[in-house]
Amino acid sequence: MDAVRERDATAQENVRLSMRVNGEEVDVLFAPYKTLLEVLREDLDLTGTKHGCELGECGACAVLVDGEPVLSCLALALDCEGREIETVEGLARGPELHPLQAAFADLGAAQCGYCTPGILMTAKALLAAEPAPSRERIKEAISGNLCRCTGYQQIFEAVEEAARQMRDEGGAR
Amino acid sequence: MSARTRFNVIGKPRRRVDGRAKVTGQTRFADDIKLPRMLHCKILRSPLPHARIESIDVARAEAHPGVHLVLTGKDFPVTYGMMPVSQDEYPLAPERVRYVGDPVAAVIARDEQTAAQALDLIDVRYQPLKTIATIEEALATPEPRIHDYGERGNIHRNQSYEFGDVEEALAHADHVFEDVFFFEGNTHLPIEQHAAVATVDADGKLTLWSSTQVPHYLHRALSRALQFPAAHIRVIACPNGGGFGGKCDLHNHEIVVSRAALRLGRPVKICLSREEVFYMHRGRHPVLMKMRTGVTRDGRLTGMSVQTLLDGGGYGGYGAASTFYTGVLQPVTYELPRYRFDAARVFTNKPACGPKRGHGTPQPRFGQEVQLDKIAERLGMDPAELRLNIVAKPNSLTANWLRIGSIGLAECIHKVVDASGWKDKHRKLPEGRGIGIACAAYLSGAGVSIYWNKMPHSGVQLLLDRSGQVTVFCGATEIGQGSDDVLAAIVAEVLGIDAFDVRCVTGDTGITPVDLGSYSSRVTVMMGNAAIQAAERVRELIADAAADELDVLPERVVFARGQVFASEDPSKTMSFREAVAFAETKYGTLGSVGSYSPPKAPGRYKGAGVGPSPAYSYTACVVEVDVDPITGWITVPKVWVAHDIGRTINPVLARGQVEGSIYMGLGEALMEEQVFRRLPPKLSNALVHKIPSLLEYKSLTSLDMPEVETILVEDPDPNCPFGAKEVGQGPLLPVMPAVANAVFDAVGVRIDEVPITPDKILAALAKKAKGEVARVGPDRFPDVPYPEPIFVLPPSEGGDGNATKAPHRDEPARHKEAAAS
Ligand code: FES
Ligand code: FES
Repeated sequence: MDAVRERDATAQENVRLSMRVNGEEVDVLFAPYKTLLEVLREDLDLTGTKHGCELGECGACAVLVDGEPVLSCLALALDCEGREIETVEGLARGPELHPLQAAFADLGAAQCGYCTPGILMTAKALLAAEPAPSRERIKEAISGNLCRCTGYQQIFEAVEEAARQMRDEGGAR
Repeated sequence: MSARTRFNVIGKPRRRVDGRAKVTGQTRFADDIKLPRMLHCKILRSPLPHARIESIDVARAEAHPGVHLVLTGKDFPVTYGMMPVSQDEYPLAPERVRYVGDPVAAVIARDEQTAAQALDLIDVRYQPLKTIATIEEALATPEPRIHDYGERGNIHRNQSYEFGDVEEALAHADHVFEDVFFFEGNTHLPIEQHAAVATVDADGKLTLWSSTQVPHYLHRALSRALQFPAAHIRVIACPNGGGFGGKCDLHNHEIVVSRAALRLGRPVKICLSREEVFYMHRGRHPVLMKMRTGVTRDGRLTGMSVQTLLDGGGYGGYGAASTFYTGVLQPVTYELPRYRFDAARVFTNKPACGPKRGHGTPQPRFGQEVQLDKIAERLGMDPAELRLNIVAKPNSLTANWLRIGSIGLAECIHKVVDASGWKDKHRKLPEGRGIGIACAAYLSGAGVSIYWNKMPHSGVQLLLDRSGQVTVFCGATEIGQGSDDVLAAIVAEVLGIDAFDVRCVTGDTGITPVDLGSYSSRVTVMMGNAAIQAAERVRELIADAAADELDVLPERVVFARGQVFASEDPSKTMSFREAVAFAETKYGTLGSVGSYSPPKAPGRYKGAGVGPSPAYSYTACVVEVDVDPITGWITVPKVWVAHDIGRTINPVLARGQVEGSIYMGLGEALMEEQVFRRLPPKLSNALVHKIPSLLEYKSLTSLDMPEVETILVEDPDPNCPFGAKEVGQGPLLPVMPAVANAVFDAVGVRIDEVPITPDKILAALAKKAKGEVARVGPDRFPDVPYPEPIFVLPPSEGGDGNATKAPHRDEPARHKEAAAS
């Protein structure tokens, strides 16, 4: 019984903190044990970010924190005070898809689409750092993102196509 | 229809119609659903592999703050099961648990955390029973029986079929090859964990959203298990985050949350943890196989006998079908005049196995294709040539009475041989490097439904109105394969509009016509044919109304690129929208339906219902490997695959299905295995999953994936929509044997089991170095009490498709030469 009471985190008080999510200032009230993944999906209703393990093994939950890819299932939301979070919902500019999104949709890089948000965010960070990555670099960058559907090849091609597009348009976005 | 060769939509590379949703995170998977007042469910699972439940005390859990309801087996008096012959599961086990992970109680609470805490407060007293861990133990341990039904002891299914006198065929062969193979079990590993949300609507009816591939079967099962009228249940299949067969069975949690929602009048959600997904399983059966094949000296098959033994796990599930599938498809690929198969499935105290991509056929396909490689080796023939010489004939009947339509396998073999440079590589690469080939065939949809009925397998309904909008309704289920895209493309092609102008409403038993689901590679063919019928019916009305306005005969009206015009005089034209408005004016509210039932199977013997399909797809695959003789490590630099798809609907998606199959096949060939181990007695003696995590269950990452060269061969089949056959499963089948055959080419050892891991390579190389038989694989096939076979004369020997008396046999004929290959 004691062990249970100890673990009864719901008895703890909610905490409030603010962060920037997809360019917007948000204030959010949540149970302090929650991961960034849980706060995004459950408290901010940003369900575009997925989960396949909640143990840091699949990459489905990857988001950008201050521009760096982070597994949101391993990040405590409490640690994100004042940080800049980017999720798949923030990729498009209004109705206009991000070049990565367009390439993924056009080239078959999203089959079931479940791994897609995590891979898109990881690829975005890659292209921000390396506008013209080699196939090998792309493979390395997304090696922590499991995709069970595509066999990865169309994902590589989509990242390459998006990189080309973005270079033509003159830089990262 | 299939005679058409000019298309506006079909065959063009396009962004899939649901592509935008998938890349913006807007696709709504089951766990993304959040409803007001929603509660959360967690399930307590058995820690013992086999036990009687003596008592369950839920009082403390019920009293826990935040808990709304605790359910146990008492709340579920009725069994369910996928196959009518195996209604052997309870949503929560009332008195007996059969594997570690079997559900025994459920807590519904304000959040997951509270529900999980309350699980710890449930006291279950178990009386352990003897654990049956393996096929051998199941055969040797008739008591205790894991189930009180089945053939006998712990044999669940047991069957034998013989098509022509196989012993005689082997006796007249120049060589008889006998091999034993083992295929380890593995699991689907969809990245989406199963989730479900149940709610009671304002009108008191039940709605369940679930990550299911089979909303129709789930609908039926829910009605039975809950004893609630089917007409008051609506099942909505959310797009699946990958299925691969893992969301094909009925899942206990789907029934549990439905019962809970009905009790509480509030929405109840569950999402399985990754570990629970591993225990849910229903994946590839471990199969032990023995194959005896007679061949002539020029490499033609005279007859084949296949014996299979499946480790089924703790429940029936799809097992009855899986057992058949280890036998029925062998004769579809190559000319095989006589054929026998004996197949048995045993119960063990592990998670139940079931359908995974290729359902029951990858295992014997592995054995058959590796054995063919051995045959070619022994006969001094090129294995690609040998296969080319014996490719089954189009428009023929197999020995077991399956009707083959189009078959593009010969072209597939030519294509991969050319593309891979096979002739310059096979037996010519330096030591350590090798190349292997294998082929396969697969169903384009099972010819018979899971439960017996004469109704359509797929229904499609169209709704059009004066705005020009077209909405298509179908029960088919989007699991990533592109089911919605195929549906939209087919309707668009017939109506001469863009695929994006078609709105798809799918996978919802409340508002879409029945489609049996996304399994057996049936969707394109069955849904597609129904969609063509529906679209042609409404096009006829539109053409008729447009003809009045254009002043031409209705037969002269053409639909293309969003216009409706006169074929001889394209200046007589109007927009599709205008034409629809004229049709609505003339005929009233516009709509149409189409339905599809597969052709009747020619076989008439009992059991002839498993194996028939409207069409079969064909694949040839060449794999190149590098084997490090020091570490045994295998790398795959490249794979070439050619798939006879009949006709490609969307090449972007078709290629994705092929490459995804190659990926998954390489995983099965090299690393994936769902294996179990006993904990030491002082812990619990439980039989637990060895590696229930994504990290430990090895699958290929982006770094491991080789380059794949995909070639689509189009041999349109008249039974299929525009000729299109399946592509989602067939291309996986040849991968595993092609790897094994490439390993032999590289280092001269035979690994007669999968996965082909470095330790097995090293063991085989060590044997080779000692001059022993350079092989790793099962040594023997156990004595299985198979029944007397049902004997059916093959079509080529004048049979009529019915079972007959077996020809008189004195003694088992002696083999000319039992080549221990
Ligand atoms: S959910 Fe799998 S890594 Fe975060
Ligand atoms: S597209 Fe399904 S997991 Fe990647």
